[in-house]
Amino acid sequence: MANTADNPIKEALASLARLTYLFWEAMGSIIAKRFRMRDLVEQIHFIGVKSQSVVLLTGAFTGMVMCAQFYIQFHKVKMDSAVMSVVSVAMCRELGAVLTALMVSGRVGAAMAAQLGTMKVTEQIDALRTLATHPTDYLVAPRLLATLIALPLLTAEAIALGMVSGMIVAVYLLGLDPVFLWTNMVFYTWSEDVLMGLIKAFIFAGIIATVSCYKGMNCGQGAEGVGRATTQAVVTSSIIILISNFFVTLILNKILIYSD
Amino acid sequence: MIEVSQLRKSYGTQEVLAGVDLSIDRGESAVIIGGSGCGKSVLLRHIIGLIQPDSGDVKIDGESIVELNERQLIKVRRKFGMLFQGAALFDSLTVEENVGFLLDREQTLSRAEIKKTVAEALELVDLAGTQDKKPAELSGGMRKRVGLARAIVYKPEIIVYDEPTTGLDPVVSDSIDQLVIKMRDQLNCTSIVVTHDTRSMRRVGNHVMMLHHGVIHANGKPDEIFNSTDPIVHKFVNGIADPKDLEF
Ligand SMILES: Nc1ncnc2c1ncn2[C@@H]1O[C@H](COP(=O)(O)OP(=O)(O)OP(=O)(O)O)[C@@H](O)[C@H]1O
Ligand SMILES: [Mg+2]
Repeated sequence: MANTADNPIKEALASLARLTYLFWEAMGSIIAKRFRMRDLVEQIHFIGVKSQSVVLLTGAFTGMVMCAQFYIQFHKVKMDSAVMSVVSVAMCRELGAVLTALMVSGRVGAAMAAQLGTMKVTEQIDALRTLATHPTDYLVAPRLLATLIALPLLTAEAIALGMVSGMIVAVYLLGLDPVFLWTNMVFYTWSEDVLMGLIKAFIFAGIIATVSCYKGMNCGQGAEGVGRATTQAVVTSSIIILISNFFVTLILNKILIYSD
Repeated sequence: MIEVSQLRKSYGTQEVLAGVDLSIDRGESAVIIGGSGCGKSVLLRHIIGLIQPDSGDVKIDGESIVELNERQLIKVRRKFGMLFQGAALFDSLTVEENVGFLLDREQTLSRAEIKKTVAEALELVDLAGTQDKKPAELSGGMRKRVGLARAIVYKPEIIVYDEPTTGLDPVVSDSIDQLVIKMRDQLNCTSIVVTHDTRSMRRVGNHVMMLHHGVIHANGKPDEIFNSTDPIVHKFVNGIADPKDLEF
């Protein structure tokens, strides 16, 4: 331990290995259904329902701003009516999943890390272990599964909202023709685009829940430890999301080839 | 049967346990005493497998637990009930859910039976009627007693008490002592009690061990410990501080 700490690369790799281990262990307990239904429902409520306002605002304003921005460029080449197809494809393939994941990691990831961290420093996790309960089964599995269910749905919502609000800006603010906009948007947005966003959301959900639970359960001592774990959970999951997004995009671009 | 041999544990440069050897027979109630910060809680955590030692062995009923992984340990831990020094109640759950936690997880009893068992356990610690309170609404001593109820409610074979009577008034302390004795005599369970209270040590213990500088410094029947001529033990049980400690 002591000599890995002064080698940051080794330390980072070791953390990555422990994260992966936690993920598979939690997947194992999800598959073996070693969690309580009640906890799952509670977590879905917390992640899904209580993130509504955040996700609605993110989706809507991203769609709006992108419409306003793309319009300027498209107007130069007289392709005004194509603006929504670009907004929609960008929302589906990139922005919907990434922005929703970043927002959710700020809200949900921080809460998970703080809660588990507090349980760790007040010995509640040890108490759990003495009560013959694996912390992964009781704490991590329901959170992971709930995030895996909720985040793709939230992402779909953000994408849909981005399209609708983009349309509103295009029609009412920029005065474009709704029929052309709509036809172009539907024609150029493929199911592969939507699928890509949802697959990404699924992957990001795994990252947020695993990183946040890991940071919480391995938090340092006292209030300071919990504070640091919370910050690290958000920063680390955001960074992993942004980096993995690139690689996931490369891979998905190979797999999801446009079928004519 | 609990056997600990040559148990060592260091935190940084501080060697907390420096080769602890002890053995506790089934049905016995062992009391562990020792100065504040000498490593009693750390020792208990090793016995129940919450922390891994640097070296040495812990055997529960002949099975070594230091090499087991968390899932294997869960089976072993089912034999244990543990009262934490700080109670360690689940703060998001009510008293009833805390006490009935393990019974609820195992689902061998019906909901009504669990409710009844929990009520009985709360009765034993003088906390009848607090079922719906959250831990934050309880006093420190009440929390401790809820922790105690949680440790005994599923009738484990081995009960580990980390300072069960600290922070309780003398009357409640006495009833907790009686409870410890009752658990031992009626359920024939093994108890390990960490305490600073010499009165309860005399009452509940039939085997006292003193931890000092990371090893078991003295080991014997309560009377032997009380009448020990060893200066460290003598000072501890009679509560005599070195005069130099008082200089300022
Ligand atoms: N996680 C930890 N990290 C670093 N040091 C620790 C840790 N846990 C315990 N210690 C150290 O080990 C020593 C023994 O701690 P322990 O809690 O076992 O004391 P104790 O005998 O139970 O004392 P008390 O009677 O006050 O409860 C202390 O000096 C403490 O500083
Ligand atoms: Mg202690």
